Amino acid sequence: MAFLFWKKKKGEEPTPEPIVEEVIESVIEEVAPQPEAKPEPKPVAKAKPEKVQEVVLPKRKFAKGIKSLFSRIKFDVENLDELEDVLIQADFGVDAAEKIVADVKAAAKKSGAATEAELKAILADIIAESLKREDAELNLSSGQLPYVVLVVGVNGVGKTTTIGKLSKYLAEAGSKVVIAAADTFRAAAVDQIATWAERAGATLIRPKVEGQDPASVAFEGVEAAITQAADVLIIDTAGRLQNKVDLMNELEKIRRVVEKSGVIAEVLLVIDATTGQNGLVQAKAFAEVAKVTGIALTKLDGTAKGGIVYSIQKDLGIPVKLVGVGEGIDDFAFFDSREFANGLVK
Amino acid sequence: MFGNLSDRLVDTFKNLRSKGKLTPADIDATLREIRRALLEADVALEVVKNFITAVRDRALGDEVSKALNPAQQVVQIVNEELVQILGGEQRKLAFAKNPPTVIMLAGLQGSGKTTLAGKLAKWLKDQGQTPILVAADLQRPNAVNQLQVVGERVGVPVFAPEPGNGKGNPVKVAKESIKHAKQKMFSVVIVDTAGRLGIDEDLMNEARDIRNAIDPDEVLFVIDSMIGQDAVNVAKAFEDGVGITGVVLTKLDGDARGGAALSVASVTGKPIIFASNGEGMDAFEPFYPDRMASRILDMGDILTLIEQAQKQFDEVEAQKMAEKIAKNEFTLEDFMEQMQQLRKMGNIKNMIAMMPGAGKMREQLDNFDEREIDRTEAIIRSMTPAERRQPKILNGSRRLRIAKGSGMTVTDVNSLVNRFEQASKMMKTMQKGGVPQGMPGMPAGMGRIAPPKKKDKGKKGSKSGNPAKRAAEAQGKPFSGQKPESGSSFGL
Repeated sequence: MAFLFWKKKKGEEPTPEPIVEEVIESVIEEVAPQPEAKPEPKPVAKAKPEKVQEVVLPKRKFAKGIKSLFSRIKFDVENLDELEDVLIQADFGVDAAEKIVADVKAAAKKSGAATEAELKAILADIIAESLKREDAELNLSSGQLPYVVLVVGVNGVGKTTTIGKLSKYLAEAGSKVVIAAADTFRAAAVDQIATWAERAGATLIRPKVEGQDPASVAFEGVEAAITQAADVLIIDTAGRLQNKVDLMNELEKIRRVVEKSGVIAEVLLVIDATTGQNGLVQAKAFAEVAKVTGIALTKLDGTAKGGIVYSIQKDLGIPVKLVGVGEGIDDFAFFDSREFANGLVK
Repeated sequence: MFGNLSDRLVDTFKNLRSKGKLTPADIDATLREIRRALLEADVALEVVKNFITAVRDRALGDEVSKALNPAQQVVQIVNEELVQILGGEQRKLAFAKNPPTVIMLAGLQGSGKTTLAGKLAKWLKDQGQTPILVAADLQRPNAVNQLQVVGERVGVPVFAPEPGNGKGNPVKVAKESIKHAKQKMFSVVIVDTAGRLGIDEDLMNEARDIRNAIDPDEVLFVIDSMIGQDAVNVAKAFEDGVGITGVVLTKLDGDARGGAALSVASVTGKPIIFASNGEGMDAFEPFYPDRMASRILDMGDILTLIEQAQKQFDEVEAQKMAEKIAKNEFTLEDFMEQMQQLRKMGNIKNMIAMMPGAGKMREQLDNFDEREIDRTEAIIRSMTPAERRQPKILNGSRRLRIAKGSGMTVTDVNSLVNRFEQASKMMKTMQKGGVPQGMPGMPAGMGRIAPPKKKDKGKKGSKSGNPAKRAAEAQGKPFSGQKPESGSSFGL
């Protein structure tokens, strides 16, 4: 899956000072090995087309991360009902499981599929088709720099790790990444993100005092990203349970403050693949408050299947964009519904 | 988002009301709803299947057919079985005969081990122990650092000879920590380990090595209450890989139903010892199987509610209030006091949501704004004492002044006065023995908190000044007012 985004080219940066620096950067960029970089593609919102440069990031697979659903049962026309159990065990939820089984039954009847391979293909098709989205790519192409990515989620899902991986990936592709450490609540969270920032080669904006208002850190992040002419600003937030009204209000405030001087390109909700049906409740609550634009599904390298994203995407219309498959800085990929479905079924 | 089990069962039971006896088909219909509820609560499928079979066997037996209300009897059985699996009685933490007691924490990444280590240390310290925390998570960036900060917050020393971030040998650190604790006479050693996946053999071996090196009195498996079906696999992996002695359920302050508790308890047979339920270092308590059973079934956490009410509700105040109502002397001042009483019990929305049958009100509850109470309070506080006592004297100019003083509009003031008058009327009705027909727009259920004194006297043997408990005692069933299903006495 190609992942593209648009970068403004040098001279048209609004702030005058960084121009010199930028030119240098642009030279490096053009010289640096970026094989797929084609200059001048389709026109984008405000940016002038001829000054926009397309960057194609390398393709990534996440096959490593998905375990088959069918290690136990033999799958044939006779025991299609057992498929429901299998899907429930993958955290699809009762309603979604019933719906998928009904669809598989109907399709099998229509096509006369009988063998395990045929049925699996039908199942994979159904899951892949229902999860297929045109907008599954990160929205980093509007041309309005810096692209602000807000990362939210409940406690312990892997927000910080995801940010580390994403930063490294974007930095490797030649983007200047700034990270705002707006998780000022959890003990040593700033140090944790600092380690990742260092590994990824990103600039870190730290809170000036301990326990600083996260919204103000986010704001300073935006300011810094603008003055440093960064391409991407990623804001780390504290984990919060979706039923804590005050903490959710705080998130809304962060959003509001960031929008004073920046444009939020993505709000990524990080969901742990082990999460059960509460994932849907989480997604709903965060979507309402933080206007989530995409899901990052983490910890897919375990035994969990992450079936809850099916309901999240179907019921709430939020596409899955990223997946995390390990603790290493390179252990992530962009979501691909076909890969996900094949992984489950194979 | 989901209709809860009590709502669905109310529907199922509606058809059964006329029947004195349940047929096997009736029972199956009930059990189907229960199965679905358990699955939606994230209880693992295999656990649900065994569970339903067990309940069915019991439900078809004598105890149900002879019961007065067979349908409720089925629910009762379900509840009993749940409590049974969840551990029956609470188990206490095991302490070593010769200190130090060694506690090892293990679990998946992000399950909350480090935070829990801090809470556990604080809890032990408050009990007069001298705990020490051991930073044996050398994997995750700055986990050592985090533990140090946590230790500082709770005032417990941290043994951290290695910087972490991939450097150092956790087995060695754990082993040395025991030596250190013996030397320095610490009574409890809490070893925080790195998060690991059940299928990661290397890391599971490492956990086993740590275990062998420190010979812990407790190996606590820390699991996130939001986890889904994978709970069984994870629990099995840790039970087989490390060997656990007990379970800690974290993030119970979220709204996940926590079916994982049931999965883990039934797969490992190990008791759940603690529940962690908040971000504060005090948000930690022993695990109560009965409450968890109610939560999983979404049947309302009656016990917690009653306990909260008992803890907070001032009996003397309640008596005074009841007398005032009886004498028809209820004023806006009293009204405000009542709201503050209610306030003390915590988030009113949560309180109501805990009650059985609350599902019916869920939508209204969602629309209910807790801040409405703040506004009401602001209005009353902007009145003179005379006005509070005699709302009748509130003319137009007084109302305007109050509106300005409280930052509200005259319409808001009018509506408060109207609601107050309605409420007073309603209380008079109740006083005469009638049932209130709902208190429109009233944020607090005044009638429930201070019922007429006359009724109190009628219920012999009840010593509680708490109407909730009284009702429960008297009816032998969950309290939610005279009309359990309507819930309208809360005016929502």
